[in-house]
Amino acid sequence: MANEFVLEMNHITKVYGSNAVLKDVTLRIRPGEIHALLGENGAGKSTLMNVLFGMPVIHTTGGFEGEVVFDGEPVSIASPMDAMSKGIGMVHQEFMLIPGFSVTDNIKLNREITKPWPVSRLLGKDLEFLDTKAMSADARRALDAVGMSIEEYTLVSGLPIGHMQFIEIAREIDKSGMKLLVFDEPTAVLTESEAQQLLDVMKKIAAQGIAIIFITHRLDEVMDAADTITILRDGTLVTTLPKAETTAEKLAGLMIGRGSEGVIHVDKTDREITGGTAMSIRDLWVSMPGEVDRGVNLDVREGEILGIGGLAGQGKIGIPNGIMGLYEARGEVTFNGQKLPLGDADAVLRAGLAMVSEDRRGVGLLLDQSIEDNIVFTAMQVHGDFLKGFLKQKDSGAIRRHAEEMIKELDIRCTSPTQPVGTLSGGNQQKVCVARALTMNPKFLFVSEPTRGIDIGAKQLVLETLVKLNREKNMTIVMVSSELQELRSICDRIAIVAEGKVVDILRAEDSDTAFGLAMSGKRAKEGELA
Amino acid sequence: MTNQNKALAHISKYAVTYLFIALSVSFIIVSGLDINYVASQLLLRLNRNAFIVLALIIPIIAGMGINFAITIGAMAAQIGLLLTINWGVTGLPGIMLAAAITLPLGSFFGFLIGKLLNKMKGQETIGSLILGYFANGAYQLLFLFIFGTIIPLNDNVTIVGASGVQNTLNLTGQVGLYTAVDGIAHIPFLTALYIGAGVLALAGVLQFVRKKITSKRLIVTLALSAALAGIFSLPPVASIFNGSHGRVIRLPLVTWMMILLLCLFNSTIMRTRLGQKFRAVGQSQTVANASGINVDRTRVIAIMISTVLAGWGQIMFMQSDGIGTFQTYAAHEQVGLYAGAAILVGGASIDRATNLQALVGTFLFHSLFITAQSAASAMFGDSAVGEYFRAFLSYGVIAVALIMYAWRSAQQRKAGQLSLAEETK
Repeated sequence: MANEFVLEMNHITKVYGSNAVLKDVTLRIRPGEIHALLGENGAGKSTLMNVLFGMPVIHTTGGFEGEVVFDGEPVSIASPMDAMSKGIGMVHQEFMLIPGFSVTDNIKLNREITKPWPVSRLLGKDLEFLDTKAMSADARRALDAVGMSIEEYTLVSGLPIGHMQFIEIAREIDKSGMKLLVFDEPTAVLTESEAQQLLDVMKKIAAQGIAIIFITHRLDEVMDAADTITILRDGTLVTTLPKAETTAEKLAGLMIGRGSEGVIHVDKTDREITGGTAMSIRDLWVSMPGEVDRGVNLDVREGEILGIGGLAGQGKIGIPNGIMGLYEARGEVTFNGQKLPLGDADAVLRAGLAMVSEDRRGVGLLLDQSIEDNIVFTAMQVHGDFLKGFLKQKDSGAIRRHAEEMIKELDIRCTSPTQPVGTLSGGNQQKVCVARALTMNPKFLFVSEPTRGIDIGAKQLVLETLVKLNREKNMTIVMVSSELQELRSICDRIAIVAEGKVVDILRAEDSDTAFGLAMSGKRAKEGELA
Repeated sequence: MTNQNKALAHISKYAVTYLFIALSVSFIIVSGLDINYVASQLLLRLNRNAFIVLALIIPIIAGMGINFAITIGAMAAQIGLLLTINWGVTGLPGIMLAAAITLPLGSFFGFLIGKLLNKMKGQETIGSLILGYFANGAYQLLFLFIFGTIIPLNDNVTIVGASGVQNTLNLTGQVGLYTAVDGIAHIPFLTALYIGAGVLALAGVLQFVRKKITSKRLIVTLALSAALAGIFSLPPVASIFNGSHGRVIRLPLVTWMMILLLCLFNSTIMRTRLGQKFRAVGQSQTVANASGINVDRTRVIAIMISTVLAGWGQIMFMQSDGIGTFQTYAAHEQVGLYAGAAILVGGASIDRATNLQALVGTFLFHSLFITAQSAASAMFGDSAVGEYFRAFLSYGVIAVALIMYAWRSAQQRKAGQLSLAEETK
């Protein structure tokens, strides 16, 4: 008997510690449909998929509540391999391909077709010979099914990135008994025509009765390919609706929502930024792991708090990292009329810029060192502050005085200035990072993901500090954050980055739809929005 | 890539190999050694050492770098030889007994080494090197104290009047293990070469008939075998080997068959499911793991095979023509170093190796070993310089290979990053 749904995930709740990341979410997939799963970062999409694939991260944190029904039967999926054997496949966002292997070898990896011979009969299946002919034939069939004309014996390393995505898909559909395929942001690295081809392939696969879960942020692709759409926000199910009943604009609005209240309220009335341009960024290209900027153009006005938002991996973090010289970058950045040398961290710091990095524990802090040493470290290295005498020794007195001042001003909770920062809580570590940036007396401050991984009280304080610095010291601040609410609460303007470019610059009071569309790479048309 | 670029890339890839070819040729000329002597010595050393060097290939392909812990395989072999001598088993049965003892011992040691290397992924080369040094301590404890006291031994292998194994173990004379394999049968080098060229040509034709290779490959293969036979038939070349100038150079038939068998083993295993796992794990542990391959287990198997093969190689070395005795407490020490240097000289790298590279490398490395002393005394009037030069070469080659590898992967990373940005332009 055919079931109405190939997969039912009923009332799934998942808690990490005291933090509920999925709250009573239900997802039902029909055979042969393309089901789009939408949501911002942290909406719960990946956790839901982790539950589906039985990822170790779920089991080691106490499992989940709810029921998974696959093909009409309640199942408990123990591991990704288990999911695979049941007929659930995944097309990874990061390619799971071996560059030095041929296309065939990749498609048939660990599912090789083999021929026994006397030795293997004696010593086990591992010593059976590969049946290259049969493997090639299978690979050819799978490649044809995804519309790829490349030869099955070419090495993957020589192929364009776009092709690799199709090989991943070919591998999944080559697996027999595949009933459900998950596509995680499959079009992120494809060109427009390749993306269109991919959507066609998805439709073809779906037509054969294989259901597809399509995770993407591109709303126009959803409108093109999906049959049904489920939207998650903050771990809860917003709605599930057929495509015919909605539009891209409606989806954008639903995705963003006026979810939780902003953590702080800043009075921005009567605030008109009149200053000139502090920094002008032209055609900035940055390449850092997981983030690529492809020609960012942006002007930062003097005295404002500019927010940079967007989904993870779209390039928002690359902007401060590229300008500060932490990752390879090219393009033109002028600061107060002066051209900044890219890739030279020292010169950029000297020019009066400072940054609070998103990677607190990695590039931000020396974890074994004391709070005071961390606070003065950069200023000491770059400006030669806090040094005395002929041999340029550390001026411990001045360092201590300054550190104590900062601890008081930023309310860093610690036993003494000599406490190692590694022993502080996340929020207090973040404050030390801010203190260090301030010690540089910057005219311009980049703050990257300042509230990531810290509790709500500390969040509030960090944000208040930023506003205070801006208002009292007239410091220009550029804040990068994944949390839109945060940006909307303190920023004067918010630039949304998608696919390595600034798509739109919005104001906090602009509609959710405008933000949602910008995040999916589309600019809201003038006048169309209320 | 243009042809010129291709040639440049080839030369930079095999820079060490070409350097060694140049050095070897100049050393042979400078040393003034008799060419017949050099050739016979070279072949002798090739048949002694090739087996151990070939044992390094599988771990390299499985992404574990150069397995310097083959030293431990050599220790297992020496335990096997000691027991064989102690029990008085002679001749070929003795060698087979030693090999049989090496099999479980080497497998067990290999299992432990593999387990440990799995805990230090990315540091396998240095890990296996240090592990070899550490095992040396355990080996000395075993041979100095445990053998002879806890495990009783006969008087002929223990130190007279004390416990522990003698400083030197002798395989010659009554012990009867010396040249037990080498001495079975000999075949003149030139005959072997002609047979080899014939087999190569025949294999080419067979492959072509079965449509495994193109006609172009067939022509290359036939030309190669004809050229081989032709060159060695030329009177000046042939005279080196055929006895018209010095001794007739012969090859130990069974030893060479063993070496060829090992080459065949290495290439056969790569065509099996297990071989595919080795290659997959070697290239990307993440991807291999995602497709359900048990990465750790695969790596342990690679090291186990390598350790046992190295042990057998050590036995082949000890029994070979011109050795016959070994320093009980030191014979294994340089095994990993020399074998590692040899395979690198042949053009292998930390993540790539073939049978041919192992054989070419052994050949080149030992051609310098043979000539270094004489060349040094000819140039500096002091043969001790040659001794230093050997050590300098071995360590130097390994250092260069490691640096080249690090440099090349840094270049690749950089190219990869940039191309991503370029491509989307």
